[in-house]
Amino acid sequence: MRLKLRFDSLKQTKPAEYVSRFVFGGLVTVLAGFVADHFGPVIGGLFLAFPGIFPAGVSLVEKHKTLRETAEGKLGTWSARGQASVEAAGASVGTLGLMGFAVVLWQGLPRHNFPSMLFTAGGMWIAVSWLFWWIRERM
Amino acid sequence: MTDLMLRFLIGGIVVSVFAILGDVVKPESLGGVFAAAPTIALATLVLTMHKHGGGLYVATEARSMVAGAVAFFPYACVVSFVLMRRRPKALTTAIAFLPIWFATAAGLWALWLRR
Repeated sequence: MRLKLRFDSLKQTKPAEYVSRFVFGGLVTVLAGFVADHFGPVIGGLFLAFPGIFPAGVSLVEKHKTLRETAEGKLGTWSARGQASVEAAGASVGTLGLMGFAVVLWQGLPRHNFPSMLFTAGGMWIAVSWLFWWIRERM
Repeated sequence: MTDLMLRFLIGGIVVSVFAILGDVVKPESLGGVFAAAPTIALATLVLTMHKHGGGLYVATEARSMVAGAVAFFPYACVVSFVLMRRRPKALTTAIAFLPIWFATAAGLWALWLRR
């Protein structure tokens, strides 16, 4: 299966949904910082991988698929929730990349400088996520 | 107050950018990968590094982040499985199973991070 970029899918997202993602992302980040400031880096670090925006993400996938199916005269709920399941399965693969990202920072700091470690960790996230997605697609 | 505003702004921007990438990238299973992108970490760690410096503080946070990411895996798997088998509402399912993340993260904290 080939990687595609479909910019037309952005039209399905309403301005209010963009705003809600922004606000939600901002609030979760503030919460993560608040936890770290009050309970220290050990507890705070856990919340750097908190699935804060995941519920909103799968919900949007379901909503958009339902709207597309309804426009075609179908009921859509059943397949939309199936689509949300595929999104969640993709996220489960993404968590492996997230582990790779965190391991690079954990092992690399403070011996190496932060910008280079952050860059390497980002690369690790992409590589691990892609690898496991590729394996999963072939299973 | 400025720190909070900055966190909110950077968090909102980073999450929005990754959410847009997730929308654009097809197939959906690959787009879903962006739902577990290190968005909160990217937004937080740069500010944390600026505030605490050194890198040891960030390394400690990153070690805990490994546990948080490990906890995310069973949570996402269960949500995906339940949505596929039972087809309940996605938002309700994703919120209802959040205790899996909290329980796994708490367990890893007790067994590994606390020591």
